[in-house]
Amino acid sequence: MSNSNFESATDGPVVAAAGAATQAAAGGGSEGKKQIRKEQLRVLYTSPGFIVGLLIVGFWVLASLLPGVLTSFDPKEFVEAGPRVKPGGDAWLGTDKNGWDVYTRVIYGARKILTIAPISTALAIVIGTLLGLIMGYYKGWVDEILSRIIEAILSIPIILMAIVVIFTFGRSTTVIIGTIAVLFVPAITRTIRSAAIAESDLDYVMSAKMRGESGFFIVSREILPNVVGLVVVEGTVRLGYAIFTYTTLAFLGLVGGDITDADWGIDVSQNYEQIARDIWWPSIFPAAAIASLVIGVNLVADSIDKAVKS
Amino acid sequence: MLRFILRRFILAIVTLAFLLVIVTLIPNIAPGDPARKIAGGTASPERLIEVTEALGLRDSVATQLWKLVKSVVTLDFGDSFSVATGEPALSLVFTALGNSAKLVILSLMVIVPLSILGGLITAYKKDTWIDRTVINVGIAFSAIPDFVAGVFLLAFLAVPVDFFKVQGAAPPGSGIFTQVQHLLLPVIAVLLVYFGYIARVTRAGTISALDSDYARTAFMRGLSTPQVFRKHIARNALQPTVAVLGTQLGYLFGGMVALEKVFGYQGVGNLILKAVDKADYPVLRTGVLAVAVIYMLATLSADLLIAYMNPRTRQSLGDN
Repeated sequence: MSNSNFESATDGPVVAAAGAATQAAAGGGSEGKKQIRKEQLRVLYTSPGFIVGLLIVGFWVLASLLPGVLTSFDPKEFVEAGPRVKPGGDAWLGTDKNGWDVYTRVIYGARKILTIAPISTALAIVIGTLLGLIMGYYKGWVDEILSRIIEAILSIPIILMAIVVIFTFGRSTTVIIGTIAVLFVPAITRTIRSAAIAESDLDYVMSAKMRGESGFFIVSREILPNVVGLVVVEGTVRLGYAIFTYTTLAFLGLVGGDITDADWGIDVSQNYEQIARDIWWPSIFPAAAIASLVIGVNLVADSIDKAVKS
Repeated sequence: MLRFILRRFILAIVTLAFLLVIVTLIPNIAPGDPARKIAGGTASPERLIEVTEALGLRDSVATQLWKLVKSVVTLDFGDSFSVATGEPALSLVFTALGNSAKLVILSLMVIVPLSILGGLITAYKKDTWIDRTVINVGIAFSAIPDFVAGVFLLAFLAVPVDFFKVQGAAPPGSGIFTQVQHLLLPVIAVLLVYFGYIARVTRAGTISALDSDYARTAFMRGLSTPQVFRKHIARNALQPTVAVLGTQLGYLFGGMVALEKVFGYQGVGNLILKAVDKADYPVLRTGVLAVAVIYMLATLSADLLIAYMNPRTRQSLGDN
């Protein structure tokens, strides 16, 4: 959607503390680093947001792996109750205009989104981290040019860019995954780049340079381990946005494939017009599924962010 | 200051030019015959040639770019192929922008005061249950896609409460009150999406301003909270808020495609979606350009406003 240029807003002192932690990690040797990681994991595991988020995401992962465990119907099976049955009784989330069980479709709908969103996020994270590290460490004219390009891409709402790209290259799943990945690269690159610039100024990078280490070694073995927490945070935050973007594209009818396949975004777009006739369940339940998954991922992302900065 | 404005302006122009070139060259990049995509599979060979020519695909890339320069200078972006055949693309885009503007302005009038108020309250009540509830609920809502919020509002407000309308646009010729009434649900959806985001930025800005030495000194001089806020905090605390509002304005204009679809609203997002559906290149190109221009102007004015609020930014931005 709109606020796709998500930038986590943090309070000044928290950032300062994070800087101090990285410095301690850099200076304190591997023993100190381990201690800090342990401490961060403890903060994570005891955070209620993390546990709730993990439970929600875990449920949908289960649904996408083993939908048959959670429902005995088929997503395109005309159930006994008949079409447009209210929630309760035989079909506890009701049935849609085709006589399909809404609950079953919601369960089966998890698979597509939980395949496409993680793959595109992973791609974007790998490319974005690589670019960000290189730009932040080497700087120079390559950095200057890439920065301008990133600015240009970020200057158009992501959803609009996605529409244009998909229009150009077609609606196949590969194109959808590639589009989401490419459109997420700029924001990730920018975050990692500024972290890499900050790290480059620290003593440990300076001393590695003076030891005569290669640029590749410094970027991959010195800087990368120190921004890994940030990469994980970016990854989870972007995963939330990938879900956001994919479901929006599906709602807009821009994803290819069979529109009768169970897919939350498509199911909402196929049924939302009936809300005016008071048949709300075929669209509200898939919409609620989208909301719960996005909130679950965000809870996890937020807790990881707090743990990394603790 | 002048140097700063000039630098930002040139940067914006370069970015725009870059975007425009890409969007113009799309038909060349796209796999398959774009003319066939537009004219449909059953089109006659004559019709295909006609469309290819209208697209300018017979020209070399250099000629296409030269034509692009001409169309920017003369503000003539060609006529619509299929969305409203024969109408100038620019006038279609302007009509849609007018509709979007109504929604955006009304949204801003609601969002800005409410979210800033939310941010200030949570900052002053830092770490209390009020703070945690407002921020967490706000963030949860801003994570949800706008169309999901829209669909919820349809089901839980528009259908049971007669006052709220399913359609975003009022029937033609309605008075301002009816128009506002129809826009209420989309505006609430936008508010849900943006409140948490802007409130959180404002909260962070205010907390760091309250923590600063100058604020402490002001309090010690015996000034009351509202006085300190007016004279010392507001200017610094609201800078991030202004920056965020600047970047989000472009999104409000072009990024609400899905929300416009839910409420059947003919904004610029909806127009671009229609252009994509019917492969209407001139309308698509003009629409994307319009959104980009608005975005550039919005971020530019936000930057200038921040420079005005904070002389230090003015200096550092002008110098490098």
